[in-house]
Amino acid sequence: MISIVVLLLGILFGAILTNGEIISWFRIQEMFRFDAFHMYGVIGSAIFVGALSMQVIKWLHVRSMTGEQVVIERKEMGKGTVIGGLIFGAGWALTGACPGPLYALAGSGYAGFVIALLSAIGGALVYGLVSERLPR
Amino acid sequence: MEMFSSFWPWYVTGPLIGLYVPILYLLLNRHFGVSSTFRDICAACLRIDKPYFRYNWKDHRWRLLFVAGIAIGGFLTHPTLNTPAQGQVSGHTLSVLSSLGIKDFSSLVPGDLFSWPSVLSLKGLLLTVGGGFLVGFGTRYAEGCTSGHSIHGIATFQRASVVATVCFFLGGVFSTYVILPIILHL
Repeated sequence: MISIVVLLLGILFGAILTNGEIISWFRIQEMFRFDAFHMYGVIGSAIFVGALSMQVIKWLHVRSMTGEQVVIERKEMGKGTVIGGLIFGAGWALTGACPGPLYALAGSGYAGFVIALLSAIGGALVYGLVSERLPR
Repeated sequence: MEMFSSFWPWYVTGPLIGLYVPILYLLLNRHFGVSSTFRDICAACLRIDKPYFRYNWKDHRWRLLFVAGIAIGGFLTHPTLNTPAQGQVSGHTLSVLSSLGIKDFSSLVPGDLFSWPSVLSLKGLLLTVGGGFLVGFGTRYAEGCTSGHSIHGIATFQRASVVATVCFFLGGVFSTYVILPIILHL
């Protein structure tokens, strides 16, 4: 049952990314060239709604459906946050797609994005092979 | 279903994406994030004797289901929305890209770089294989992407996510103004 809900949430997310033009290579170029507000509006209002609803969960002590208290995932700060962040950003401007849109575009049948998605998985593989030797 | 046959303004798209942060916590007590699935796929498909891949990927099966859904969602909605970039995207961006040599503005992505068989050109391969690799490597090194850091992380007031997001944009701007013109002039 929960699997079906998660799958449906994923399908809806793919539709949101498409209908919101987040999968548009041109929109990502426009964002990095600061030529329009569209993508900043999307990311900004997503953060606003996410932050507000997480505060409501905190204030009302809403529990997760798993029965546990909601535990927020901590993001550790390190050299990787900066170096990895710069590397990802550089890639994002080339593919015009961050990981979510990569899946949506690969699913919509674009040859280039099937290749880009496989290469991203390859990038994670190489990261896993060399991660012990990278600055932390 | 009619709403899925047109583009949405940012104030519809953004809040809907933001709601995934509380929904995933309330449903599964897990955080919103997509790029971790690259690691899961490696761990699930290959037997690699490295600590980074020694974990039970089956604990995160929901994420794989979620991204499979994203691909299906893209498949279902994309064909009805494959309209020209003109009219939607800033004219300034399009004229700069045109001066860099891009000719195909007939869909959401430049077909002269990303569709078959032009993707097999040197430019196409550098953008897809090169760009994709940087996305996979970079997101795993930074431990998150736009969803995990920029949206989930900043929405939960995490310093690392603010730093990561600033770096995403610095890398993206550098790549847009320096690396992309070099590739497109090859």
